[in-house]
Amino acid sequence: MNTEATTVPLLEIKDLDVGFDTPEGEVHAVNCLNVSINAGDALAIVGESGSGKTQTVMAVMGLLAENGHAKGQALFKGEDLLQMSTSELNRHRGREIAMIFQDPMTSLNPYMRIDKQMIEVVRHHQGLNKTEARAHAVEMLRAVRIPDPERRIRQYPHEFSGGMRQRVMVAMGLLCEPDLLIADEPTTALDVTVQAQISHLMSALRQKSNTAIILITHDLGVVAGLCERVLVMYAGEAVECGSVDQIYYDPKHPYTQGLLASVPRMDQPEEEGLNSIPGNPPNLLALPEGCRFRDRCPKAHEACKEKPPMQLDEQRHAWRCFLGDSA
Amino acid sequence: MSDRVLRVQDLAVHFKVREGGLLRPKTQVLKAVNGVSFDLNAGETLGIVGESGCGKSTLARALLALIKPSRGRVLWMGEDLNKLEVEALRKKRQDLQIVFQDPLAALNPRMTVRDIIAEPLWTFFPKIARVQVDERVRGVMKMVGLLPNQVNRYPHEFSGGQCQRIGIARALVLNPKLVICDEPVSALDVSIQAQIINLLKDLQKKLNLSLVFIAHDMSVVRHISDRVMVMYLGRAMENSCRDNLYKRPLHPYSSALIKAVPVPDPKLARAFVDTGLTGDMPSPLSPPDGCVFHGRCPYSVKRCQLEVPALRRMENGDWVACHRAEELDLTIIAS
Repeated sequence: MNTEATTVPLLEIKDLDVGFDTPEGEVHAVNCLNVSINAGDALAIVGESGSGKTQTVMAVMGLLAENGHAKGQALFKGEDLLQMSTSELNRHRGREIAMIFQDPMTSLNPYMRIDKQMIEVVRHHQGLNKTEARAHAVEMLRAVRIPDPERRIRQYPHEFSGGMRQRVMVAMGLLCEPDLLIADEPTTALDVTVQAQISHLMSALRQKSNTAIILITHDLGVVAGLCERVLVMYAGEAVECGSVDQIYYDPKHPYTQGLLASVPRMDQPEEEGLNSIPGNPPNLLALPEGCRFRDRCPKAHEACKEKPPMQLDEQRHAWRCFLGDSA
Repeated sequence: MSDRVLRVQDLAVHFKVREGGLLRPKTQVLKAVNGVSFDLNAGETLGIVGESGCGKSTLARALLALIKPSRGRVLWMGEDLNKLEVEALRKKRQDLQIVFQDPLAALNPRMTVRDIIAEPLWTFFPKIARVQVDERVRGVMKMVGLLPNQVNRYPHEFSGGQCQRIGIARALVLNPKLVICDEPVSALDVSIQAQIINLLKDLQKKLNLSLVFIAHDMSVVRHISDRVMVMYLGRAMENSCRDNLYKRPLHPYSSALIKAVPVPDPKLARAFVDTGLTGDMPSPLSPPDGCVFHGRCPYSVKRCQLEVPALRRMENGDWVACHRAEELDLTIIAS
């Protein structure tokens, strides 16, 4: 949100709008989003499918689909990524900003051995020769705790298990020691045990190389141990943003409260029935007037027909709702 | 017990896998399910948990006699499903239904919701009157929380959670006695997950259904199960009453699975929780000797490498396959 931080943020997204032209009309995937992240920080973007979290980072990376367009600014170290040509972007992507995708099987090339895919990245960005690049790649695989990396690097993606493949993706993302790592649901497709391993790994590597992380997820459980700040999105809008402690212990927006309540918890006694958020997210082609969460909100009232303002308290905790006044 | 509906005895499903070159293929045996036994009572829910590749889905298919077991029996109301004639088995299937993991992939995209839900009715009662079908379809749609005026829509017009409701409606249209849910919520958002779990719970109470609920996540299963069976590499590691399992698991693997569930509480989550699990699950083509879990188990001793632990009954009625179950105290410390 509006950070009056003393340092210049590593990435600052200002008034970002992302839309897609479809035969049915324009889909507003992201509306007027403002968020920033400082060097070495970890930010989580949380929301249901279709809330615009992935399209936000896709816009930043210049990876929108052909019918997509982005307005606003995405300042990376002061330079606007949205105004850059592909070749300019390519100087940053991979080297300074890396991305890990949700499904490791579809983002690794199945026809190429792991070494070729990794060495390609290092040689392109760091200008190392083949032997150096290979040594560096092996070292990265060892860092993500893949046993026997010298042998495994000669294998094809299908010879790895899901968790191993995701580790390869993490290793590839960190190959050039980027300043910013964007991880789009990196653990969603994995078993809980492996999920825990990958989360620990990411936070360890983050401390080591001071890489800032943007973690995109729909599961608030994963966020708690890994990130400092959380941005909650709903139907293309930021609905709440604050530190993890603010979001988890003092959520202001009814949607955040609902999301937290619907996580099945292991650390609390079993209750009759889980809390859920009734209904479904709105259609992005025909967004409701006023508050977009109104139809599903247990606290909706007359005023919600108007667009709620973004409220901000002194501790940089912001939320888009008439309720929960900081006063 | 008199109200037992399903009894599974020493069930095993083995697949032959061809490996190696075209000229000299090597046939190996993959033991997807290897000696699983359990009972299920009427109106009861059994949760089955394990990592991918542990044989949960194969087990689900074997329970419905969709796969022929290599060994063992599946007794439905005392009758061995695999000994039935084709026609008799078909009739029995009215009572046994399944809900699949990927809600969109499980629905035919070219059929309307009415046709999808009504299909089982047409199959079992070809002479049924159209009015009756419509009435029944509208009835189950209401029951699962869909609007009956949506009958003429196609699956792509629905969200993931709604598609799963359609899948549940289709499973319920014949008034089954047992519904097997194979990861019914793992493809859904957390907020929608809770809706579907609550729906299944309500329906079970209302219709006195027996449920087999398969998931890879301990936290999801906890809210719906009476008993939970933990599987690893085709074997049952533990089969315990829900409350016992989550308070004091008997098997180190169950305890690791419980500890691995992320806690949505920053202070607790920052404190590093060691699950005690290292490495990945071994290939089911070459499972380790002795206890299949010994390579990843923090409590493994010499005996575990040599001797396969049998699934045995403890004093409190829970079942465990671990040599050291009595001496280990794996109590989950409540935070």
